[in-house]
Amino acid sequence: MMKPFSRLYIAIAAISLFAVSSAASAGNGAVADEFKWMTFAVFGSIIACTMAVTYFAARGMKSTADFYAAGRSVSGIQNGWAIAGDFLSAASFLGIAGLISLYGYDGFMYSVGWLVAYITVLLVIAEPCRNIGKYTMGDILAFRNDPKKTKVVAAVSTITVSTFYLTAQMVGGGVLIKTLIGVDYEVSVIGVGILMLGYVVFGGMKATTWVQIIKAVLLVTASLVLVACVWAPYGFSLPGYLQAVVNDANVQQQVARLLGGGSANMTALELGQRFLEPGLFMKSPVDQISLGMALVFGTAGMPHILMRFFTVPTAQAARTSVIWAMAIIGGFYVLTLFLGTGAAMLVGPTKIMAVDAGGNMAAPLLAQYLGGGESSMLGNFFLAFVAAVAFATIIAVVAGLVLASASAMAHDIYVGVIRGEKATPKEQVVAARVSSIVVGILAIAVGILAKGQNVAHLVALAFAVAASSNLPAIFLTLYWKPCNTKGIIAGMVIGTFSAILLVLISPNMTYPNAVRDAANKVLHGTPAAPAVTATPALKGHSLTCELFATSDCRVLHTERKAEPAKAAMPGAIEQLATLKQRLNASTNDAEKAYLATELTRVQKAHDKALDDLKKVEGKTTSIMGLEKPFFLLKNPGLVSIPLGFLAVILFSLFSKDARAEEKWDELYVRQNTGINAEAASVH
Amino acid sequence: MSNPNLNWAAINADPRFQSLHKKKAIFLWGLMIFSVIYYFLLPLGAAYLPSIFKVKVWGVINVGILFALSEFVVAWSIAFIYAKRANAKFDAMAREIIQEAEHIGRIEASATPARAREPNVAVATKMIGA
Repeated sequence: MMKPFSRLYIAIAAISLFAVSSAASAGNGAVADEFKWMTFAVFGSIIACTMAVTYFAARGMKSTADFYAAGRSVSGIQNGWAIAGDFLSAASFLGIAGLISLYGYDGFMYSVGWLVAYITVLLVIAEPCRNIGKYTMGDILAFRNDPKKTKVVAAVSTITVSTFYLTAQMVGGGVLIKTLIGVDYEVSVIGVGILMLGYVVFGGMKATTWVQIIKAVLLVTASLVLVACVWAPYGFSLPGYLQAVVNDANVQQQVARLLGGGSANMTALELGQRFLEPGLFMKSPVDQISLGMALVFGTAGMPHILMRFFTVPTAQAARTSVIWAMAIIGGFYVLTLFLGTGAAMLVGPTKIMAVDAGGNMAAPLLAQYLGGGESSMLGNFFLAFVAAVAFATIIAVVAGLVLASASAMAHDIYVGVIRGEKATPKEQVVAARVSSIVVGILAIAVGILAKGQNVAHLVALAFAVAASSNLPAIFLTLYWKPCNTKGIIAGMVIGTFSAILLVLISPNMTYPNAVRDAANKVLHGTPAAPAVTATPALKGHSLTCELFATSDCRVLHTERKAEPAKAAMPGAIEQLATLKQRLNASTNDAEKAYLATELTRVQKAHDKALDDLKKVEGKTTSIMGLEKPFFLLKNPGLVSIPLGFLAVILFSLFSKDARAEEKWDELYVRQNTGINAEAASVH
Repeated sequence: MSNPNLNWAAINADPRFQSLHKKKAIFLWGLMIFSVIYYFLLPLGAAYLPSIFKVKVWGVINVGILFALSEFVVAWSIAFIYAKRANAKFDAMAREIIQEAEHIGRIEASATPARAREPNVAVATKMIGA
């Protein structure tokens, strides 16, 4: 059975290698053209390595447990690395380093929630799921509830969460690869899709696991090397290093830019110190708590993370794997503190923003600088290596997501519901492969269709849906006796829909009027504003007003501090003219180089503003028909998570379900002891 | 190990299982509540007590940075404490229940209801000794 498969596999491997390398010709990314060959050599060797692993994984694959759960033969340590590889998406690895490089302390604070999330996974989810589950979240929920109904709801929720996350990964990955090496967006989306399908379809969970392990090892190695280079000059002293950050002119300039008029009477050192204090990026504490809730409760409800616990032989191994994952993920986020601040000092926020306004290129640019700069061989090798790690990251995360969706489709819906659990092992593996291909092709299609869309909110939405729908259902079915089928269904439906609806009316959506105002501000600047006197809070201010823009809240406001008069800020059009003049007049080389990067940055902002204006031309309302956001938080967790829990509880209390009660003893004993848990398959 | 004919209700009611469940629940909930509170202190502190976060303690290092770093240390400590307790205690308690799972409730079914609980435990203890 494997023979035709392996021939097909080699063909696909060859095609995808060709697709990636043929893209070498295109465009202008961060890597200079003369060094592109090196990037592709690094890309090629990493891809070849993962392909070889997949080939060996595919040879031993026979049963359904092999495909979905790697034969339950993954060790705790291996699974820990794989969880880290599955979880550290490009958004968290490039994004957080970028946030720190631009906003200092707030970026670092943002990273904490991603680690704390694993405490929930460790304490309440990992071991019970290993003891109860087989391949999917649906298996856990179906244990004592109506199997068909819960499996359908669980599968729909799994596919919803995974699709949001997948779209964000595909679009983000496409943009990232384009920025790094200049490969066309569509080519990179298709390349990522085909490679990932190769791993998943032929090697199933075993290959996916190894791709994730390889990626995590590469990521940690790359970060360690970079951090060692950044930190060593200060003798690995933390205060010494941070003192250098505070003293750095690039950092001080960035803080002055962020604070605007407010920085007028601060000394250079005060500006530098401000970088290590909160408040440069995060504005709304309520929003941050909402995001924190989505992370802390959502990670434990992410189907692709849950699925990783079915790959280990015992609950003890599941425990070991979370501990390793926490060590790796936490250690990595501590390293990003150095990557981010290092990039801020050595590369400079101006240059980082000139390449990518969100700061995503901070780590790659730091690598290039540390290797010796733009025109050096080693600098470009470092950059190529980090780019390849980013690429491997996207593939590893996407593979995990596709496998989770495919298992929901094949195992829960096809085998569980349509075939009524009556399918031969061979049929099941075929169904799993076919589903993987379907999901993979959908992922590629969605990735291409969503080109140029704002997808940043989709990651937040995926976590919010997982936290509001999956977690309440799993948690209450495992720990609360009265929980039953009606509760699960109601909770998952209400949790999912409330999270999605709140995001649709939140500030994440595009509001044409706001976009137009912002773009005009960028282009034409802001006029001088007179001083504002302090006003006390108007009473009636309540939590509801922080969450929703209801009509009686509009006139109310919190206490306003007095602000000095603000000078007029020049717009991009005016700035461009002045910068060009200064550049022509300048005779100093260093000043010229600085003016040139500044010019690129302003030019980019200018072009983007024009582009934005064109996009919203003639529109006044968002896709929901709103002129302004009605729900004021970017993350819906604060409202939708309690709603999800409440729905499960209320619907369970008001309905009776004999099976749910009857199976409680078995579920509770099994989740606590591991009696009758799915054993490792022996080859 | 796989045995579909276990008396789940009896195992659930067994004092050893009840003791495992109680110990585990108290321990897990304690850790969980502590970690959630400790985590949310960070964004709350940054938002409402920025003046404390700005106090410099060690060179340029301020309370905020130390607090953020402590979040990592606390998360790792919780993981470590839980793993240690689970490996040393919960696993052993669970193993004991697993070993005797087949016997728990079996005698109860055939014996007269009045004598049900005591002999059951006695037989079970004898089994470990054997």
